[in-house]
Amino acid sequence: MKAGMLYEVVAAQESGRDVVLVTRLGDGAQELIEAGVGASGLGVGGDVLADVLRVGESRTVETGGGPVFLRPYIRAPRLIVTGAVHIAQALVPMATLAGFRVTVLDPREGFATEARFPDAVLVREWPDRAMEELAPDRRTAVVALTHDPKIDDPALIAALESDAFYVGALGSRKTQGARRERLGGSGFSAEDIDRIHGPIGLPIGARTPEEIAVAVLAQVIGALRA
Amino acid sequence: MDPSNSRHTNADPVLAQAARWLDEGRRIALATVTRTWGSAPRRAGSHMVIAASGDFSGSVSGGCIEGAVIRTALEVIESGEPRTLEFGVTNEMAWEVGLACGGRVHLFVEPVE
Repeated sequence: MKAGMLYEVVAAQESGRDVVLVTRLGDGAQELIEAGVGASGLGVGGDVLADVLRVGESRTVETGGGPVFLRPYIRAPRLIVTGAVHIAQALVPMATLAGFRVTVLDPREGFATEARFPDAVLVREWPDRAMEELAPDRRTAVVALTHDPKIDDPALIAALESDAFYVGALGSRKTQGARRERLGGSGFSAEDIDRIHGPIGLPIGARTPEEIAVAVLAQVIGALRA
Repeated sequence: MDPSNSRHTNADPVLAQAARWLDEGRRIALATVTRTWGSAPRRAGSHMVIAASGDFSGSVSGGCIEGAVIRTALEVIESGEPRTLEFGVTNEMAWEVGLACGGRVHLFVEPVE
């Protein structure tokens, strides 16, 4: 590999562009193909490259020139955390370590601060407005951790209106019941509301904020890999 | 609000390490899992970067074959020629390199220059 090619892959990842590196295993010849361009590389058709980018999994294909390895580099999944609370302070670094791009959302003064979240993108706005811009997609998980319906509900509503692969909300079964009624009143069907994981997290008996963060992250990963 | 304004890098950490070593003028090779069969511990596309000093980052297995991959990578850095490698099941009692888990992997080891 040319050093310039490696720098190009790193630059593409840092700027959020999806690319696939095409390598002919016989002689190491390489091409870097941008998503959406439809170009073929080293005898591999644009449709195959587009599929590898969509699925996000590497594969080896046979060509007239011998086996060719396709390695997609696609944007990491996103985690949007509503509520810059104690659990979030544990969840954000864990999720970052696990490869998620993390955004923390909290309109309240003093919560979503750089001092409390040195590694996350911070958004100090009300979720209804912020979620419009964040535009969750099928590679996004949304968790609501404030316990405050004024903040959690708009985030959950935006999540339910999106293709987010995971939606979760903190709160006891009683809280979840009240939430179901409110969301039902907003026009969501029981099936829509069932998308919300609540009580949030895998049932591992988590007690501390750090343990709850483990339970939440495990459940998010489970949904991502399902 | 700019969600893209993240202060941590979005790049694969192994490739980011490779780029830093290149910045420092170090000679490196990149090993990549190209194919797996059975219960291989690391998925196709997993990277490990190896410097001529023997420093490395990332993994291509659960730790069973990394030593052998480092030796090959050092040869690849010297020769400048890429190589493909294959590791399969080993007898746990035998003194050979392989995957005790019963899987089989193909690797591509290339110089980055």
